[in-house]
Amino acid sequence: MTAPSQSPRAGSGVTAFGGAPSLFASLRYRKARDRVVEAVLLACGLVAVLVTLSIVAILVSESAVFFEHVSLREFLTDPLWTPLFADAHYGIMPLVAGTLTTTFVALAVAIPFGTTIAIYLSEFAPHKLREALKPILELLGAVPTVVYGYFALLVVTPLLQKLLPDLPGFNMLGAGIVMGLMIVPFVASVSEDAMRSVPVYMREGSYAMGATRLQTALRVVVPGAFSGIAAAYILGISRAVGETMVVAIAAGMQPNLTFDPTQPAATITAYIVQVSLGDLPHGSIGYQTIFAAGLVLMIITLLFNVAGFFLTRKFREAY
Amino acid sequence: MSKDALPKSDPETVRKDVASRKLRDQLFVFVGLLALFACLTALLVLFAKLVMDGSERFTWEFLTSFPSRRAAHAGILSAWVGSSLVMLVTAFTAVPVGVMAAIYLEEYAPKNWFTGIIEINVTNLAGVPSIVYGLLALGLFVYKLDLGQSIVTAGMTLALLILPVVIVSTREAIRSVPRAIREAAYGLGATRWEVTKDHVLPYSTGGILTGMILGLSRAIGETAPLITIGALAFIAFLPTPPLSSVAPFVSFTWLTDPFTVMPIQMFNWTSRPDPAFQANAAAAGAILLAMTLLMNAFAIYIRFRFRKKINW
Repeated sequence: MTAPSQSPRAGSGVTAFGGAPSLFASLRYRKARDRVVEAVLLACGLVAVLVTLSIVAILVSESAVFFEHVSLREFLTDPLWTPLFADAHYGIMPLVAGTLTTTFVALAVAIPFGTTIAIYLSEFAPHKLREALKPILELLGAVPTVVYGYFALLVVTPLLQKLLPDLPGFNMLGAGIVMGLMIVPFVASVSEDAMRSVPVYMREGSYAMGATRLQTALRVVVPGAFSGIAAAYILGISRAVGETMVVAIAAGMQPNLTFDPTQPAATITAYIVQVSLGDLPHGSIGYQTIFAAGLVLMIITLLFNVAGFFLTRKFREAY
Repeated sequence: MSKDALPKSDPETVRKDVASRKLRDQLFVFVGLLALFACLTALLVLFAKLVMDGSERFTWEFLTSFPSRRAAHAGILSAWVGSSLVMLVTAFTAVPVGVMAAIYLEEYAPKNWFTGIIEINVTNLAGVPSIVYGLLALGLFVYKLDLGQSIVTAGMTLALLILPVVIVSTREAIRSVPRAIREAAYGLGATRWEVTKDHVLPYSTGGILTGMILGLSRAIGETAPLITIGALAFIAFLPTPPLSSVAPFVSFTWLTDPFTVMPIQMFNWTSRPDPAFQANAAAAGAILLAMTLLMNAFAIYIRFRFRKKINW
């Protein structure tokens, strides 16, 4: 690493005092170099835009081919999704139902746990404890999802089967619970940030009125950070919707139009994995289905992301 | 609420009221700690379970064998070599592009709608499900650019996936360099690039490294996008070695070789009903988890070290 004080330019500036032309030449060179560098940096910044455009272009163009074969009406209303069978049906609803059910179970775990932890860390925990616990909690979000899949299939589901003896080996409940565990640190850290950005004087006002910490937390801080907390939930939803490996491993892969979490079902993501594991020829209708499914997934998460984005922005402007 | 606001003036009632509120406060501390430790226990149980299930498979042979139809002979040689090479490609593409994009956004970009579009894109990409990157790579890298189901395809797919992580953490690091340092360098006649390269970047190294490690730790555990591009689980050979004893000594043919990675190997073993293979999955999972946790711990350590060292 170059020490900041030893800029190589400092030397050339001094020698240039000897002749003005060389000073100008050096200046011209440096300015030209700056423009080249700026162009390169801008190109890198544009990569992000390019990636988004490519995602949209690929999903839309491949789905367009799919929708030449299947009408949008059939896609949205047919209760069966069997594109790889001889009697092919192309109704996305079973996959959407699976996705919504697992997401719902995940949120039923992640929201109470995440919010409680966020309130505790932001309002109750001593400073040192919080600084020590936050990174450890965030490790939960760093565990590879395939490992969580193993956990859901071979630890959580057998435990649940002791409580619910009729539970099949593949089910959305176990997968959803583990997905929830995975999202807890995410919900907790975004809501904690929101709560900590509530100004201290609001808390002090509440304490001065004789409120306890819990009263202050629930009646002043949480309402004050409401849009930030809502954004945390919404971003959590969009993660759960896009989660793949846990459901592919533990929820089974048969499309099943049901909202009962004790049933096996396929989500949109699990279907894409299932098709990719097989050897479908490029350009076949089965191959196009994963792009149509991907497009639906992308639209759902995009809606949630946009909502989350506007909510976080709103809460930032609140104070 | 009005009931709370106007307690009966009877001192005994007030005292009871206060005591019950204080009790609820204490109860919440208990509940909060319980929730926190429930999650941390889950993490511990997960790790312990993997280590216990895979305990018989932690042998040297496991690391040096190819996958096999017989569980006891199967190993993760092709998987860890594949993961390392894919990470190499990912690091060499995501880090330069991500860091330069972040420099542009922080140091160069004018505040206008165009910059706004780039920023919204970065935020949005962070929320795109990983499997969608797999679909992008399948359509773009595998078929349009004809790179096949190769290491370079996988590396670039994961690079796109972690690009937002690298950009966001680099921006945070750059933003934390005080304005005064830039002003001082400009005052001495440095150009914008000289200020960035000689002053801003050296001070942000810690943050940039942290972002890079966090990004790679995410990439190493990613399974779904690589399955989507068609990575195989059963690879019983190694890619061409990048170094050779014959001129020109360096070979890049490994970039186009087929591959498998640790998480795909683990997924393949997990989805078999035979418990012997599930022991393999557990062992591979324990190694994978240990690697990710170590990378994360290292990132936390670096962040801590650099924060302590720098005193503005």
